[in-house]
Amino acid sequence: MALLDVQGLSVSFRTNDGIVNAVNDVSLSVEAGHTLAIVGESGSGKSQMAFAMLGLLARNGYATGSVRFDGAEILNAPPKVMNTIRAAQIAMVFQDPMTSLNPYMRVSDQMAEVLVHHKGLSHADAVQEAVRMLDAVKIPEAKARIRYHPHEFSGGMRQRVMIAMSLLCKPKLLIADEPTTALDVTVQAQIMSLFGDLQKEFGMAVILITHDLGVVAGFCEEVLVLYGGQVMEQGPTDPIFYDPSHPYTRGLLKAIPRVDQGDLELKTIPGSPPNMMMAPKGCPFEPRCDFSGEDCTQALSPLTEFAPGRLRACNRMVEELA
Amino acid sequence: MLNYIIKRLAIAVPTLLVLIIISFLLMHAAPGGPFTSERAVPPEVLANLEAKYGLNEPLYKQIATYVYNVVFHFDFGPSFVYKDRTVNEIIAQGFPITLKYGAIAFVLAVLIGVTLGVFAAIYHNSWLDYLAVGVSIGAQVLPNFVMAPILVLIFTLWLGWLPGGGWQGGQWQFLVMPVIALATSYMASIARITRSSMLEVLNSNHIRTATAKGLPTHTVILRHALKPAMLPVISYLGPTFVSMITGSVVIDMYFSTGGIGLWFVNSALNRDYSVMMGITILIGVLTISFNLLVDLLYAWIDPRIRY
Repeated sequence: MALLDVQGLSVSFRTNDGIVNAVNDVSLSVEAGHTLAIVGESGSGKSQMAFAMLGLLARNGYATGSVRFDGAEILNAPPKVMNTIRAAQIAMVFQDPMTSLNPYMRVSDQMAEVLVHHKGLSHADAVQEAVRMLDAVKIPEAKARIRYHPHEFSGGMRQRVMIAMSLLCKPKLLIADEPTTALDVTVQAQIMSLFGDLQKEFGMAVILITHDLGVVAGFCEEVLVLYGGQVMEQGPTDPIFYDPSHPYTRGLLKAIPRVDQGDLELKTIPGSPPNMMMAPKGCPFEPRCDFSGEDCTQALSPLTEFAPGRLRACNRMVEELA
Repeated sequence: MLNYIIKRLAIAVPTLLVLIIISFLLMHAAPGGPFTSERAVPPEVLANLEAKYGLNEPLYKQIATYVYNVVFHFDFGPSFVYKDRTVNEIIAQGFPITLKYGAIAFVLAVLIGVTLGVFAAIYHNSWLDYLAVGVSIGAQVLPNFVMAPILVLIFTLWLGWLPGGGWQGGQWQFLVMPVIALATSYMASIARITRSSMLEVLNSNHIRTATAKGLPTHTVILRHALKPAMLPVISYLGPTFVSMITGSVVIDMYFSTGGIGLWFVNSALNRDYSVMMGITILIGVLTISFNLLVDLLYAWIDPRIRY
């Protein structure tokens, strides 16, 4: 049995202008100790998927489908149930460490409260445990710095604090929502290698949400490519990288600049992601796709397995994509 | 921090001086004077009166004498209109009254306003929210000069529970209606500021983090959301507290409480220069002090603010 089993997850928002479908019918599963990447552009619904799993959607959002964690259904579970899972079983690292930590509280208090709440430790013991975790994420002089407020840390250090905080209860699953997006490139590399080390050390499963395919390659075993709230391609990482089966994935891979190949022009996918207010009837990628035809505006073929473990949703056959 | 406080107090001195000079000039620029009355006073008598109170001196000299007396003798002079009373006596008698009903009204307005605002934000767009918003709009459109007669009508004339006015040393029966009439619209403003600020905080990223920690909602609210949500409320409360404890002409007039709110307005109408100046300085000193207190509270709440 998979640790996390998501079936037909959809997320929608009620707005003044009508209902926006941010995520449509996504299914995925993560085995204990394994890694999955959810890749997509801004607005593709990848963060909202994660929020839905933990019941963190904005007030006007709602989710349908099924999310089973350790065999138990947790989608739309009452807050009392969710609060025993959040941080203790499934922890989350958010995108922006500048605003995701509470600027009004000392780091020690913010970290300790997790252990006090879930493990029933005393405040003093919890702080000690938190210091150990800050050591684990390689924050120098953790013992002194834990007394600091978040604004006294640099961006990279804040994200380390955030990561340390998420690991306090040794969760079985860590969802990292663009953990390196707000950081500069050298710090990004440090944080990702830290993630790799911690994942091995704690043996937890990780869902990495990112728009950066470069980050995915070295870290995740499986990839799910999301566009306009729909899964475009899904499967093991290596085949997707070496032999992408979907025009969108190909575009994404081409957009990674390769300095080593004297490639000085940035290749982009022309156009912009669909407005989810007026979600297209057919394939959301159709307006930007080189291979699209009349049929693509009408309907998108369902996600189908075209090779062992590999799924794609496209009206064209793989052979047609020359 | 201590340096900052000392600096702020030092700046208060020239601020007060400017306040005194501007009020003095404005006061004298207004037509008429303390001895203008319907029955024309013979010019010789007027000249004598003005000489007695030093009004025949050039303005700068009057200001200098006034400041000298205030600073070195803490003497705000005699009332120009009520010949047997000094300004010190008037303030000593009237300020405790407004301080009492104003402070009680303040505490009440803050407690109810903040509670109402917080709950409205937590239950955003529910019936509770609409009720809270409705109550605060209702309270806001009922100014105290409307509230006061309505209260008297209900509690004095219909129910006969409370005296219609008076002070009697501030016994509770005499406090109820002034407090309610004064607190209502402030309570409404506090509720609205709290609600909108709380809504903003609840949508912020660090509250999502707190929720993702598995903390129960009340912990998230009390430990993580309340403090930042109070920042805009506190900056409103500083000047509000001052205007509440210095009373309201409507309350003093309607309930005959005898506070300095009425004195202040009457002194302006009567050109009772010294009373007007005295109360102006009192309000000035209080405003400066409470603005400083608000700034210190800000630093206490938000560790990013350091002076």
